[in-house]
Amino acid sequence: MFPIQLSNIRFTPDGRPVLAGVDLDIDADGITVIIGPNGAGKTVLLRIMAGLQAPHDGNIHWNGNGCPEPGIAMVFQHPILLRSSVFHNAGLGLKPFGLSRAEAKRRTMQTLERVGLAHRATDSARLLSGGERQRLALARAWAMRPQLLLLDEPTAALDPSATDVVEGIVREIRTDGTRIIMTTHNLGQAMRISDDIVFLSSGRVIERAPTSRFFARPQSNEAKLFIQGELPWRISFDN
Amino acid sequence: MLNTLLEAISLVSRLDNQVVAIVWLSFKVALATVTLATLIGLPLGAFVAVASFPGRGAVTVFLNAMMGLPSVVVGVIVYLFLSRSGPFGGMGLLYSPVAMVMAQTVLVVPLIAALTRQIVEDAWRAYSLEFRSMHFSLGNSIVALLYDCRYSLVVAVLAGAGRSLSEVGAVMIVGGNIEGYTRVMTTAIALETAKGDLPLSLALGMVLLTVVLLINTGAYHVRQWAMRKYG
Repeated sequence: MFPIQLSNIRFTPDGRPVLAGVDLDIDADGITVIIGPNGAGKTVLLRIMAGLQAPHDGNIHWNGNGCPEPGIAMVFQHPILLRSSVFHNAGLGLKPFGLSRAEAKRRTMQTLERVGLAHRATDSARLLSGGERQRLALARAWAMRPQLLLLDEPTAALDPSATDVVEGIVREIRTDGTRIIMTTHNLGQAMRISDDIVFLSSGRVIERAPTSRFFARPQSNEAKLFIQGELPWRISFDN
Repeated sequence: MLNTLLEAISLVSRLDNQVVAIVWLSFKVALATVTLATLIGLPLGAFVAVASFPGRGAVTVFLNAMMGLPSVVVGVIVYLFLSRSGPFGGMGLLYSPVAMVMAQTVLVVPLIAALTRQIVEDAWRAYSLEFRSMHFSLGNSIVALLYDCRYSLVVAVLAGAGRSLSEVGAVMIVGGNIEGYTRVMTTAIALETAKGDLPLSLALGMVLLTVVLLINTGAYHVRQWAMRKYG
């Protein structure tokens, strides 16, 4: 799986440069947080890394292979939950693995316990709160025991308490040995949870640095303004 | 008019043998038809909704067009296949309930498949990325989508049941409307009305209407329950 190497990745639907030449190397450890203004290309970049979206130009290699490996899981900002129980949804990602029914059940229940949803296993998934839905989506991905977990703004619609719970789960998944790459607009969260930061703007990687250094001494003017809460992305809109 | 109505009510309320036999056969034919058509139509519609293959658009247009397939045309085609000189003539199925089920299945499959395709395709637009991220195969995706859309798909199956119960042209041609053997509600209504036996026609019409209303009421409550339970 690792390293994942992206070179000169371009994604230009209808000629609009969503990604305008991204170069990035992802190694096997830690939590990387991708930050940047809306429209910077964060979600598309995650999808390309997951192998769900093909770039219009450039190359991506997963440990030297041009095809994504099966050990990748992704949790979306608004996860889709089927009209069935929490348990059924949590085990959904195990279907293609061909596990025995007993093993799939054991692994699903174990994961539900770890995200604190075991007591709701028989409840309907669609009646969960926002925070619980996101925890269920994380459980579904975690049960797959992925090598790489991609999280697309997993706490975007959550209150601070639910965000805290989700962050705790993300840390636990990382402790389990899963490499995590996530996007967020929450700078505090990026500071709390990440080992390194990728700052994306106008479809380009403007800066990549260890978290403490990025926030203490951002190297680019755009990153500096972004951290200060200014609106650097207006520059790219105007251009 | 009033006498006819009263006589019709009397036929139904005292469970007239002729009425019961006709209604029972109608149910058996409709049930067999809907079961077969559902087993074929649901996966077929879901496959067309999810799979990418050359000519998918043409298949979609064809399925939609077949929803309005004239039943007498299907009746004639099935008749040709089952008649003594046809490829399946040796099986001796013409003018039998089996022939009626075959003709109606041909009519109902496109209806269920086309409605399924529409329902599943709408869901697939929302779910496809998520399923792909879980490395679902085409089969995994079809099963999960059919499961998730099951309460909406009840409507497709009911539409098929409605068409089967109310269809007259095809079953008349391949069934022959033989009393006590292939006479169903619709063919009996057509015949008895032509003969002037309006009470029997009206009695069968009342049963048909009641059945359709009951099925739809049941489906409505199932959907309501599902909405409350699963959101």
